[in-house]
Amino acid sequence: MSVSLKINGETRQVNADADTPLLWVIRDELNLTGTKFGCGVASCGSCTVHINGKPQRSCVLPISAVGDSEVTTIEMIDTPQAKAVQTAWQELDVVQCGYCQSGQIMSAIGLLSNNAKPTDEDIDGYMSGNACRCATYQRIRAAIHRASDLLEA
Amino acid sequence: MEDLKTAPTMPASAKSSSNKSASAMSRRTFLKSSVVLGGSIVVGFNATGLLAKETATMAATGTGFNPFVKISPDGQVTVVVKHFEMGQGTTTGLTTLVAEELDVGWDQVNIEFAPAGESYINLAFGGQGTGGSTAIANSFMQYRQAGAAARDMIIRAAAAKWEIDAGMIAMSDGVLSDGYDNKGMIGEFVAEAAKLTPVAEPKLKDAADFKLIGKDKLARLDSLPKTTGKAMFAMDVKVPNMVYATVLTSPQFGGILKSFDLGDAVKVNGFIDAKALPNKTGVAVYAESTWASIKARRAITAQWDSSAADARGTAEMLSEYTDKLNAEPTYDATGKGNLAAMEDAAKAATQSVSADFHFPLLAHAPMEPVNCVVEPTEDGGIRLHDGCQFPMITHPTLAAIAELPPEKVDIVTYYAGGSFGRRANGNSDYHVQALMAYLALGGEKAVKLVWTREDDLAGGYYRPMFAQRAHIGIGDDGKISAWGHRSVAQSIFKGGPMESIAVHNGVDHFSVEGIVDTPYQIPMALGLTDYESPMPVLWWRSVGHSQSGYTMEVLMDMAAEAAGADPVEFRLAHLDETDPDQKRFAGVLKLAADKAGWDGRSTKGKGRGIAVHKSFNTYVAQVMDVSVNDKGAISLDKVVCAVDCGIAVNPDVIRAQMEGAIGYGLGAVMRNEITMKEGVVDQMNFPQYKPLRITDMPEVDVHIVQSDLEPTGVGEPGLPPAGPALANAIYAAIGRRVTKLPMTSDGITFA
Repeated sequence: MSVSLKINGETRQVNADADTPLLWVIRDELNLTGTKFGCGVASCGSCTVHINGKPQRSCVLPISAVGDSEVTTIEMIDTPQAKAVQTAWQELDVVQCGYCQSGQIMSAIGLLSNNAKPTDEDIDGYMSGNACRCATYQRIRAAIHRASDLLEA
Repeated sequence: MEDLKTAPTMPASAKSSSNKSASAMSRRTFLKSSVVLGGSIVVGFNATGLLAKETATMAATGTGFNPFVKISPDGQVTVVVKHFEMGQGTTTGLTTLVAEELDVGWDQVNIEFAPAGESYINLAFGGQGTGGSTAIANSFMQYRQAGAAARDMIIRAAAAKWEIDAGMIAMSDGVLSDGYDNKGMIGEFVAEAAKLTPVAEPKLKDAADFKLIGKDKLARLDSLPKTTGKAMFAMDVKVPNMVYATVLTSPQFGGILKSFDLGDAVKVNGFIDAKALPNKTGVAVYAESTWASIKARRAITAQWDSSAADARGTAEMLSEYTDKLNAEPTYDATGKGNLAAMEDAAKAATQSVSADFHFPLLAHAPMEPVNCVVEPTEDGGIRLHDGCQFPMITHPTLAAIAELPPEKVDIVTYYAGGSFGRRANGNSDYHVQALMAYLALGGEKAVKLVWTREDDLAGGYYRPMFAQRAHIGIGDDGKISAWGHRSVAQSIFKGGPMESIAVHNGVDHFSVEGIVDTPYQIPMALGLTDYESPMPVLWWRSVGHSQSGYTMEVLMDMAAEAAGADPVEFRLAHLDETDPDQKRFAGVLKLAADKAGWDGRSTKGKGRGIAVHKSFNTYVAQVMDVSVNDKGAISLDKVVCAVDCGIAVNPDVIRAQMEGAIGYGLGAVMRNEITMKEGVVDQMNFPQYKPLRITDMPEVDVHIVQSDLEPTGVGEPGLPPAGPALANAIYAAIGRRVTKLPMTSDGITFA
């Protein structure tokens, strides 16, 4: 069936069954491959996108449940929080394999949009759903603090 | 520049090369490259390992020349990276070596991944591939030579143009100058330099003159694409005329497909077809999208011939391992025929320590589940798109199965979303599966094979299960007088293509490494017995050291306690620091203890443990601090890590690898195990095979030993000490020795 999807500031018509997870529409249909498949059960966070500005796991979100919501992927994030997070990630060289980092960044933006000055405990609590097998966690913590400082400056 | 950085692989048509080839395809490719690169400097190595530049003759005949450094007329430098990037920093590291000797700025360099090519062999193991923490170690001279040769050509071209002696020209950040009036950018001399021949042995810099090598913080080249969603992984590849495939496989290892029933798969939108793989190992389910293939696969049922399958579960494995531990070992790994005598001596000593250890099967679970694309090429060959770790196995294996000459098999390499060993194995398992799926569909459509997380965890190639038993005696002098040790393990290398380098007198070295070759001065006897199964096992970050480090360093702590000695002092008492190897081992131990403020004192509610281990010629020691809450649950507070890896090429990458290996190792010893019932894996996905989370991660403080010795590996050696440092800290905190992993299965809870 044809579904209308508001994504990255555009309205796109996609062909997908109602139960198709948003992730696969984004990746296979729209070729926005920055959003990753890691587990398919909302357990690793690699597939995190923003739905109306809030982080959500796209691998378990059926396309039928998206409705009129605005979907934003890593390719089009451009809020001050997004820029601060990406800058901090680059300054501190957080990435290793990089596969989970789109999701980490999407979650970190969500955190800083709610909480401009998170503590380590706030960060751990908010980011615990995003797994990184390279264990870049120490740098993720540091980069979120750095992004917070960048936003304050 | 930006485009190359974000998409390190050029279009396949321009990028593909091939082995030993003089085929029409490769000639076209080389000629095309020559046209594209006309007026550029292309320096690399020929088949005999000599420095060379690409010539028209080489391009026309395909003489086996492979480029390592390309400099375009605008001064842009492209380094051809022969080791794939799984996060360990090879793209940054190999490029550092070239940029250092070439004297160009860090913003002037790009990378592309090498195709299959005979000059791209790993000099540490003689075939093209990445593993064993060898990327920097084997490339250190080679990539510097390539950079130095290109620099020398540019200097000579400038000298000719300026009509001065080459020795008068200095170069820095891509700018040449004679110190007087002559000054120019590197790009101005590329066209003339390209006509020169590289010298056989270019002069390399003295270490004192390094600007980039050893620089504390040199920005990773892959940070930008990996923080903007632009980095290309194999999972992101889409080629024309491509279908998606998942494969339904036997729930037991070794099951053979008898038949299958499509069921409601035909009703799934986008379902195309399902075919038995030619080798009867599974059913390929083809669809127009990944999701349609996953959905259709759920509807298909298959019948399996399980007569040759392994139906043992974890309980049966444990029982067999114990029986083998109790029986006379098959192999004498220390070769002196004195195991029984050593065990008796240990038991009869003034003080004795005995312990059994058990290590479970582990999955690698890289974030990017394995996947790849096989597509037909214009000349009747195939092209593999993959985060390819072992072209040395994958390339000939695919050629043999597809019945193609090697030059008709192209490999295009992408960033890999982790590996930890999984993407390399002697059978090239997932590439073969993709090729089988491609062939079964007729070989006209490209096939993208995708494994789900469930496929990954149930798919085998695990770190083997290990059992260890040690009897240790301590003499009147407080030192170890006898150490009798037994190991039971499933061999990784037996029956595989690298058996001859790993197995000697029946002993797979990787089953006993880290024990049999310990730097400690210990009278030791070690017996080994193999466990056998059709379930495939594989190297997992740090291979045998992933469990021998734990065994050795927990035992050393137990022995120190029995001897009434401080754990650091006890270890040092078993090292002879007049020996260079033992001196470095002792060096990291002392550095970690010093930086952590080791004083042997204990605080209520806290615990501190230390461990040191050598692997891949690198020495790492760690001090772990833990806390215990009022319910007895453990929190990991801090790790102080000391590493001696020779010359530190990229200190920040080394720190990152220590942080990552510590986290990966801790996550495994805390919670991870693959278990089975009747040969069927219990763990489905991350909710059952729990990855380390940010809430678990301790602070990590890394100290790198200053050294002028040749660089050694850093991808794996940070892992082996992490588990035992934690185990020793837990003992210090709550008085419980953890000898069966994971810790959560041995009564430990984590806060």
